[in-house]
Amino acid sequence: MMIQEPLSTGHPLADTAARFVWLLLVLPLLGFLLNGWLSISAAAKIGPSDPGAAHDDHAAADDHRDDAHIGHDDHPAVRHKFAGLVSLIGPGVLVISFGLAIAIFIAMRGVSMEQPFVQTLFRWMPVGDLRVNVALQLDPLSMVMVLVITGVGALIHIFSVGYMQDDPGYPRYFAYLNLFVFFMLLLVLGANYPVMFVGWEGVGLCSYLLIGFWFSDKANADAGKKAFIVNRIGDFGFLVAMFLLFANVGSLDFSGIAANIDKLPMGGAVVTAICLFFFLGCTGKSAQIPLYIWLPDAMAGPTPVSALIHAATMVTAGVYLIARSSLLFSMAPVASLTVALVGGLTALFAATIGLKQWDIKKVLAYSTVSQLGYMFVGVGVGAYTAGVFHLVTHAFFKALLFLGSGSVIFAMHAAYHATHNHADDAQDMRNMGGLKSKMPVTWVLMWIATLAIAGIPVFSGFFSKDAILSAVFERAQGSTLANASLLGIPGSALLYAVYAFGLAAALLTAIYMTRMMLYTFHGPSRTGEGAQPYLKEAPWIMTGPLVVLGVLSAVGGWLNLPEMIPIGPAGIFEKWLEPVVGANTARIAAGGGALASGTEQALIGTAVAIAITGIVIAFVRLKPAALVPKSVSPAATGFERVLENKYYVDEMYDRAIVQPTITGSRLILWKGVDVGLIDGLFVNGSALLARAMGWLGSQLQSGQVGTYAWVLVLGVLALLGAFARVH
Amino acid sequence: MNDFLTTLHYNDWILPALLLIPMAGAVAVLLHGRMSPQTSEPNDPSTRTLRRLVFAIFSVEALLSLGLWWSVDTTSTAWQAYFSRPWIPQWGMRIILGIDGVSLLLILLTTLIMPLAVLSGWTSVKEKLHSYFACLLVLTTGMLGVFMSLDLMLFFVMWELMLVPMYLIIGIWGGQRRLYASLKFFIYTMFGSMPMLVAILYLGLRTPDPFNRPSFSYDWILNHAQLTGSATLWLFAAFFIAFAVKVPMWPFHTWLPDAHVEAPTAGSVILASIMLKMGTFGFIRFAVPLFPGAVGYPPVRFFVLTLAVIGIVYGALVAMVQPDFKKLVAYSSVSHMGFVMLGIFAMSVQSVQGALIVNLAHGVSTGALFLLVGMIYERRHSRLIEDYGGIAKVMPVFATILTLVSLSSIGVPGTNGFIGEFLVLVGSFRTQPLFAIVASTAVIFAAAYLLWALQRIIYNPLTKAENKHLPDLNWREIGLLAPLIFAIIWLGIYPAPVLDKTREAATRLVHRVETSSLSTGLGSNAEIH
Amino acid sequence: MLVEALALSAVLFTIGVIGVLTRRNAIIVFMCVELMLNAVNLSFVAFSKLYGATGQVFVVFVMTVAAAEAAVGLAIIISIFRHTETVNLKDINLLRG
Repeated sequence: MMIQEPLSTGHPLADTAARFVWLLLVLPLLGFLLNGWLSISAAAKIGPSDPGAAHDDHAAADDHRDDAHIGHDDHPAVRHKFAGLVSLIGPGVLVISFGLAIAIFIAMRGVSMEQPFVQTLFRWMPVGDLRVNVALQLDPLSMVMVLVITGVGALIHIFSVGYMQDDPGYPRYFAYLNLFVFFMLLLVLGANYPVMFVGWEGVGLCSYLLIGFWFSDKANADAGKKAFIVNRIGDFGFLVAMFLLFANVGSLDFSGIAANIDKLPMGGAVVTAICLFFFLGCTGKSAQIPLYIWLPDAMAGPTPVSALIHAATMVTAGVYLIARSSLLFSMAPVASLTVALVGGLTALFAATIGLKQWDIKKVLAYSTVSQLGYMFVGVGVGAYTAGVFHLVTHAFFKALLFLGSGSVIFAMHAAYHATHNHADDAQDMRNMGGLKSKMPVTWVLMWIATLAIAGIPVFSGFFSKDAILSAVFERAQGSTLANASLLGIPGSALLYAVYAFGLAAALLTAIYMTRMMLYTFHGPSRTGEGAQPYLKEAPWIMTGPLVVLGVLSAVGGWLNLPEMIPIGPAGIFEKWLEPVVGANTARIAAGGGALASGTEQALIGTAVAIAITGIVIAFVRLKPAALVPKSVSPAATGFERVLENKYYVDEMYDRAIVQPTITGSRLILWKGVDVGLIDGLFVNGSALLARAMGWLGSQLQSGQVGTYAWVLVLGVLALLGAFARVH
Repeated sequence: MNDFLTTLHYNDWILPALLLIPMAGAVAVLLHGRMSPQTSEPNDPSTRTLRRLVFAIFSVEALLSLGLWWSVDTTSTAWQAYFSRPWIPQWGMRIILGIDGVSLLLILLTTLIMPLAVLSGWTSVKEKLHSYFACLLVLTTGMLGVFMSLDLMLFFVMWELMLVPMYLIIGIWGGQRRLYASLKFFIYTMFGSMPMLVAILYLGLRTPDPFNRPSFSYDWILNHAQLTGSATLWLFAAFFIAFAVKVPMWPFHTWLPDAHVEAPTAGSVILASIMLKMGTFGFIRFAVPLFPGAVGYPPVRFFVLTLAVIGIVYGALVAMVQPDFKKLVAYSSVSHMGFVMLGIFAMSVQSVQGALIVNLAHGVSTGALFLLVGMIYERRHSRLIEDYGGIAKVMPVFATILTLVSLSSIGVPGTNGFIGEFLVLVGSFRTQPLFAIVASTAVIFAAAYLLWALQRIIYNPLTKAENKHLPDLNWREIGLLAPLIFAIIWLGIYPAPVLDKTREAATRLVHRVETSSLSTGLGSNAEIH
Repeated sequence: MLVEALALSAVLFTIGVIGVLTRRNAIIVFMCVELMLNAVNLSFVAFSKLYGATGQVFVVFVMTVAAAEAAVGLAIIISIFRHTETVNLKDINLLRG
């Protein structure tokens, strides 16, 4: 209806499949509407016409109504009545979207993408000189993201068909998931910051809804709310960055900004501020210090959600934002240094917490925070290709890890359910062990992902992580970043520090991932005797997607081989993203040369050695056989306890920020200013004053006629006297 | 559509018709009350007829007003649907009606909300129905009159006219502390409008027409008033008090929580959706264009912006700790209306247009929130958040709609709330960056207070026995929320047509302030006498 | 002649005022009020010698009003007496604030 002529008619993509790019958005949206409708219409019981009167006699009538299990984890296995239809629509729209994405990708391969392909759908906010349209932009960067989102997304949707099959909120789940994909695609396809922001907040919203999917548990609802509010702090940064951009550049379109970029001086305060505010947005969405706290709690959602939203796609939106804004960031070395530093610190910090977590999903959550830190190191040092490359490989292996853990939890749940065990925690690794023989496929695939994330050669993670670390080293040796300084510390020193953080985090990653594998799959089983027969591999609808992800995790590195490892064509990914980020990378790297091949070999050697060391340490030090189930585990002590409690950061935020705000609002603003000062003193005070004056006046009325007469006479005399004086 | 309306001479009669229909309706309702026995039986045939009659009146009103969307040329600088007749000629008072893009949207909002307000009390209001409906009808005339009047005296009469029925609605059909609340509402508003009356008289007497009679015509005063700098400031202050109470701006807001909490659902909805808009409309139509010198004067602007931003943050923080859901929404109104004031006084095209959208969006979203609160109140007879919990299980439709409306109130993109807030902030950042940044923090607090409340009402475990059998919304309730939900999404996704309607008015307003701050001798360097 | 009449009027008026101010019995206070009225009447008549008959016309008015006042006033006093069994003004303070 409102589709207009594409803005860039004459673009080589205009007559290809790319002109259906809007369909990519419409499909998941349609899925959302259909599934949402099915969900509501199945759940709704339209109320009586007079709700006030009907309430009482209604109560007794169906006292034994099924205690509606919607929104509860603990449910009898009853298929939803629309389950079949939903299983078709939910994953279906994603598969079609993925097909379309492939078609567009093929079309894009054939043409030169010097200019992005922009499709304007309709006017959105045309106000004065602000012209914001709902417009989509296709370029190599958004193409990569679209492929990851629809591809990995489709796999996770399929996995969910099995994982969520018995959940009473089945259609609601797929409605949210479809809506999430819609917003995520909008985020990466938006041709201007406001449209991107719609996606940005939209994915946060879906994340909120999905974390709190089993909302009848207060902890889940809390986690959802926390995620949304913490994300909003980041969104505040995104908003301010947009305001700064509009006030200084006069445009919010990506192309408009590029055209007017000379209004911003290179390295100036304004562009630095813009980038720092954008980065504040990233710390929220992508869980970096200091706003990472919501992500571990977000594991309260269903596990496929953790895989899709909190590992593969949404949390990487911040990395995408910086890659998308690489023009701005490459002009602000101080901001870029900040990004790299915060990324490095987060990578290390989260990895240490990951060492002592017992919940299998919490380990993966902190691992995600840590890996996101790597990506920010990459985009921070201007290695945009490397950052996005790590984003892609991470999407493969982390989605695999989460789905694998989902399979494990699924099996554990089934076992506990069958043995009516409601006391033990199905996600705690202390209750697992020995699953290798029960779930061999999952075991193999998860080892592949573990080796990938640890950075063992030929697996995908090795290539992407290595690209980031060598880029840091290269920049430290000479670049605009090395010449800049942050808080008085020279850039090159900072970058060497970031490199060290990266290496340390790599060591810890290898340790905690191996630890997770050992405790989950190896050693004796701690699940309990009765549960043993029920622990088994998940159905193929769940294992199938795992296998695909396993292959991708293993060979994903071939997308971007470094030149010095000649096992295939080098740098495919690099060349693909060249039109988008090439010039910006060059701007940051200016003043430094490529690494000598000897140095590069040494760097790779170090990284591999460290990864192997980590795995070996884990194997040597950790004894799965000595582990006891959670219920009989002793409490941790000393530093281990600090780690287990995540350095008490949540508690600190709560005491320092949350509680003072709430208490202050209640006692000072509401009870003090509102009720006390304004209402008490001014409003009711003036009423009181009026009454007091009235009371004073009434005291003159004695009711004694004699007194009145006296007053009257005296008054007359006074008047007479006054007249007499005048004349 | 437009041709059809032209053949009806639609523009010639529509505005007086919109004012007269509810008045006539009120008379009809009271007559009906005289003729039929008073009864509180909800299904009594005469009561039923009465309800249908009133709903029909409001529906006719809404349908008639809808034509304005097409018939009015908002790109014109002239008043649209202009209507002018003598009223009290000796004193230069005329009945002058006319609208532009700003009032067009507010009139449509009013005529949309009123039938919904009637529907909202379909089963819950049982006492003194005739008087209740008569109050609603008179109120409508008053509110529409405020939006249409182009004579300052007529405007003042309408302004006071809407006060009395609302006072009665709160005072008679309200909750426990209704007398305190209604009196507070009445006196607060009177406290504000008396200085305005003096200012209007001053303006009228100081701006005589060519025959040397006083003139209260808006256009005449706008173009011919000769004011000294200090007179401008005093007059602006008088108007400011009247409108600031109505907006309400911090610290003149404390009547609002009480009035909202005690008012019946229809009263709360009308208060939030329409009557609060009177204040901001007053600024846009009267206070700012009549005294651009005062608005352009930096200390004044700084003062108003400070109050606006305090209201934004303060309202959000206080909303967070309210135990009563209605009070929470009331304080959130303080916050939202602060955005409108920020937008108006930041004086850039984006911020002013944004302010108008926030005005509209707040009317829709907060109206819907109050309707929803009314619905659960009717079922559970409690407004306390802690009395609920987990009711998404038993009332999934209610929960879905409440979530959607809350999100729009938070300003999640894709809903109406975002467009307004974004435009206000992006526009005010250009002229007043510090104020804009402080105001932006409200996006965080807004999420905190509404999501927290949402969680405690519809999520969490369903533990309380009283809540386990709450019936879900019925078709009447779903139907009355549907237009609001439609508006929430439409304004969020495709607000361009609405923005087009207000472009001319907003541009003119900004231009007037920008160009006249010096000519009235009130520039930053000018001396004040 | 005029001076004497005015002097008498002043004396009568003062007696009336003092009576109103000092007496506590409602009837007596009432009579003192009448006395004041008549003092004024006297001065009206006296002045009419100087300024024409207007003063005498006024006297007729005042007398009419005084008669009406006496009727109403006595009725009130009687009904107060019936109610409180006293006509002492000290004990009657219905208008006290």
